[in-house]
Amino acid sequence: MKILVCISQAPDTTSKISFIDNDTRFNDDKVQFIVNPYDEWYALVRALEIKESLGGHVSAISVGGPALETVIRKVLAIGADDAIRIDAEPSDSFGVASAIAEYAKDKGYDLILTGKETIDYNGSEVGGMLAELLGLPFVSLASKLDLSEGKVVLETAAEGGLEIVTAPLPCVISAAKGMAEARIPNMRGIMAARTKPIEVAAGNAPALVQIKKFSLPAPKSSVKLIDPENVEQLVELLHNEAKVI
Amino acid sequence: MSVLIVAEIAKGAFRKSSLEAISYGSRIASKLEMNAIVLAIGTAADAQLALAGNYGAAKVIKVDHPNFQHPDSGAYTALIADVVASTQSSVVLFTHDNLGKAVAPRLSARLRAGLVSGATALPDLSEGFVVQKNVYSGKAMAAIAITTPVKIISLMPNSVSPVLSQGTAEVEAFSGSADGYKPQTSSRYEHTERDGEISLPEAELVVSAGRGLKGPENWGMIEELAGVLGAATACSRPVSDIGWRPHHEHVGQTGLAIRPNLYIAIGISGAIQHLAGVNGSKVIVVINKDPEAPFFKAADYGIVGDAFEIVPKLTAAIKKLKSAN
Repeated sequence: MKILVCISQAPDTTSKISFIDNDTRFNDDKVQFIVNPYDEWYALVRALEIKESLGGHVSAISVGGPALETVIRKVLAIGADDAIRIDAEPSDSFGVASAIAEYAKDKGYDLILTGKETIDYNGSEVGGMLAELLGLPFVSLASKLDLSEGKVVLETAAEGGLEIVTAPLPCVISAAKGMAEARIPNMRGIMAARTKPIEVAAGNAPALVQIKKFSLPAPKSSVKLIDPENVEQLVELLHNEAKVI
Repeated sequence: MSVLIVAEIAKGAFRKSSLEAISYGSRIASKLEMNAIVLAIGTAADAQLALAGNYGAAKVIKVDHPNFQHPDSGAYTALIADVVASTQSSVVLFTHDNLGKAVAPRLSARLRAGLVSGATALPDLSEGFVVQKNVYSGKAMAAIAITTPVKIISLMPNSVSPVLSQGTAEVEAFSGSADGYKPQTSSRYEHTERDGEISLPEAELVVSAGRGLKGPENWGMIEELAGVLGAATACSRPVSDIGWRPHHEHVGQTGLAIRPNLYIAIGISGAIQHLAGVNGSKVIVVINKDPEAPFFKAADYGIVGDAFEIVPKLTAAIKKLKSAN
């Protein structure tokens, strides 16, 4: 079983979000980047669990400059066998998907996993684009993934219940909460990661959209506090002022 | 040239989020002097489908075929790409939900059409075609220009209110054969919700609770409050991690992101990861005994006090309101 896990970096959730260059670029000064949680906690860990039970090889792939090394080493420390960095500067999801597809098309991966979205762009786009570019089946937002008789069996949320989806291999799956539990790298993993190979491949990242400007939401007006002895006032405000009940 | 809206049908009628997309797409169509055409996939009576006219659509193309029983991304993409070509659509709209997330990116790659997913406002057409969406889990917004000939948008549910009009839409069957769009995946549905339970992703009202409740045995009052409101129940991550509540109730950065009209947070401190999943809510009410809880900074209304005293009073007050109306 040859598995490819797509990894993105994202600002740590507690980072201060601000912009530079006339609000066209994220200000990464003093920002700590982490592995995008959906990629790490769910996609990567499930890939490792499959390898541990069935054997195989888990590669991680990421698209971007040399600064990605920190998150790539983390992924290797958690347990990926090796990693690929496509040396390109994508400006949108299509750029990321194109660069990965170009690399992966003739490598014979059985299963390609992505997180359900990144916590910076929140697009939920790369997995579907990648599947289309590779001509593979794609199932999004899977909260459970098992292998059975050469196929993947997935669970996805559906209104009032869940869909149990069966997809042939090879395929692309995006991982949501539930697929696995986060793992913390141990000292042995961290030591091993130092010597695991990172392949740097050239690549192109064509764009279909362009970010014109970032902005910050208007500050929230301060909370209206209600006396705990007068809960009826809250109901009155929700009914007459906010008009939500 | 047209604007094509991919609409979903549930229980014989358009989903609410699809009506929002139809209205949104129709407003773009009228600005661009185009027709708004709805692609309705599923089973519904023509009279129901014609209601798209009330939201500005001129035409509904209906496809009701076993190949589209479940949202196979490949089959849907192939069908929609063909309808985009036959209707000469230059803008394609989805809802940013499970179907939109599965299909819109595939269509984008197939047609080399720029995609903005999770749009929160009508596009600005004054200088090109610029669509606004939330980024950094709701902590910022981005204005994104789509420069390709065909443009794809998935609309964030509950963010742009539909506008009603007087029009009628003609309903016609898909002119091609749907037999060729074979799904590569198969699926079986399992109903897991109890009768009367409200589905969290689509709920307009949500009552959520956290560690402040001290134990799973104390959720009775939360369910009772949700019951009188007609709300769904949710919880914070620690509560689902320790198994007090099921995982599918976890809202936050790594769980479910929701955008209800009303979010009532009880005994949840409001860590930034939790806020990332609920900051799209229209109105936030926080009940917490700690006046320093960070959640109060993100709240519209707050009560500093003991949830075990306040929640039953709140339930009683809502019951009173409901019986008075």
